[in-house]
Amino acid sequence: MLIKIGQPSDIRSSEITPEPVYRSRREFLQLTAAGAVGAVACGPLGEDLSAQVAIPNVKPSPLSTTEKPHTWEQLTNYNNFYEFGTNKSDPAANAHRLTVKPWTVKVDGLVAKPADYALEDLVKPHQLEERVYRFRCVEAWSAVIPWVGFPLADLIRRVQPNSRAKYVAFTTLLRPNEMPGQRGASLDWPYVEGLRMDEAMHPLTILATGLYGKEMPKQNGAPIRLVVPWKYGFKSIKSIVRISFVEQEPPTSWNIANAREYGFYSNVNPTVAHPRWSQARENSLGSFLKNKETLMFNGYADQVAKLYEGMDLKKLY
Amino acid sequence: MWLKVVVTLAAAWPGANLVYNTFWGDLGVNPLETLLLTSGESALVILLCSLAVTPIRRLTGWNRIQSVRRMLGLWAFFYAFCHLSFYILLDRACLYWSDCQVQAIVDDVMKRKFIMAGMVAFLAMVPLALTSTKGWIRRLGKKWQTLHRLAYLAGLAGAIHFVWKTKVPETQPYLYMSILIVLLLVRVYFAWKKRSVRTGAA
Repeated sequence: MLIKIGQPSDIRSSEITPEPVYRSRREFLQLTAAGAVGAVACGPLGEDLSAQVAIPNVKPSPLSTTEKPHTWEQLTNYNNFYEFGTNKSDPAANAHRLTVKPWTVKVDGLVAKPADYALEDLVKPHQLEERVYRFRCVEAWSAVIPWVGFPLADLIRRVQPNSRAKYVAFTTLLRPNEMPGQRGASLDWPYVEGLRMDEAMHPLTILATGLYGKEMPKQNGAPIRLVVPWKYGFKSIKSIVRISFVEQEPPTSWNIANAREYGFYSNVNPTVAHPRWSQARENSLGSFLKNKETLMFNGYADQVAKLYEGMDLKKLY
Repeated sequence: MWLKVVVTLAAAWPGANLVYNTFWGDLGVNPLETLLLTSGESALVILLCSLAVTPIRRLTGWNRIQSVRRMLGLWAFFYAFCHLSFYILLDRACLYWSDCQVQAIVDDVMKRKFIMAGMVAFLAMVPLALTSTKGWIRRLGKKWQTLHRLAYLAGLAGAIHFVWKTKVPETQPYLYMSILIVLLLVRVYFAWKKRSVRTGAA
């Protein structure tokens, strides 16, 4: 069988929307959204972009990679978000049912200022930044994603955990009537995740509220999600409703589902294979070939390796 | 005749779709995954169809269906061959010799039971495809039928390969596994009936 092979970076021209074009198309759509022209531009791209609101006052970040981001279409049509189904296309198909306004995040546990924050109040004090990060899924595919968010450390300083708080635990919304996947038993619901305090305080760790300068699409974890770029994607918990400061290592969903395959740390590590597949290489979304070498800590080793000094990462995978 | 045409068209459909989408259409956000999943699932589904032929014939008396069994088996082998090729050439990147790590493939097959199961399924199908011709059927005589029971091993290993591949239990692989078990039980029932008829006559 003859098949056409693209280079790893060679995304097919039909899939590419260069960012300037994409931005101008967006502006065009915004200008015409109320008019008949907006109704004509009715492809998935047109719909999504005209529906998502632009986030004002987003600052670029020196922590961004210069690699070319994947397109809006790619990033919003290929998602692991089991609350909406286990297929990659399920979140894009089902997430529209999710109500994200109003949204409350409970901050509790070992903190000086526990409270139920309305999302706006949680986000408002923080300077939002665009962080273009590499993203590596445990399934050995990868992407480059322009998130909008703010450092989790800024929020942690604001709510003032006490000295007994050693870990931060996160919980996703539990709402089976809007999240059809939660009516099945693919995972224990609600989804939970956690970070050690030093990981949570690391400047690369962000709470993200947007993608490509727009409010976070529902299938990507609206309205607020974690992004930890040196860990496998499942650590970056979506649609967060609770942030707890705790003393003990908190349970995490994939570890509960299969402890042998998914550890608490789940740092991207090409030398530690998943029991069912190698992690040495990845395929960048859009590519036919899995020939990109996976980097230690997903290429963020210079910034984060010191967090794990002296730890046996083969045991604490 | 019309049955053969329908079966050929149906069996060729997923492959034609992949070829079309590779060159002129769209294989989705992760083309590698689309190629692997479509070829693998097609192989398994068509293999199950081929295993359903004899039970259907015996339950319904529709004898002409037997004429498409070999065709289905060969289509299943074709998709399994594509699936394995995609894995070696694209997933293990052996399309470019410099990217090819033979040791990584050996490790996959030896250490990872899900890949081992897939390999067993493929290897079980090789002798079946090779001996599918009229000449071989004649030459092997009674042994041919015994040999071709390997199709069940291929089906079982293929279904297990799919079950073990998923991260959480999913409907599709268990559905295929259930169908396979039902087909096996039907065979066991026929064999038992035949034996009891024979002993009854004796």
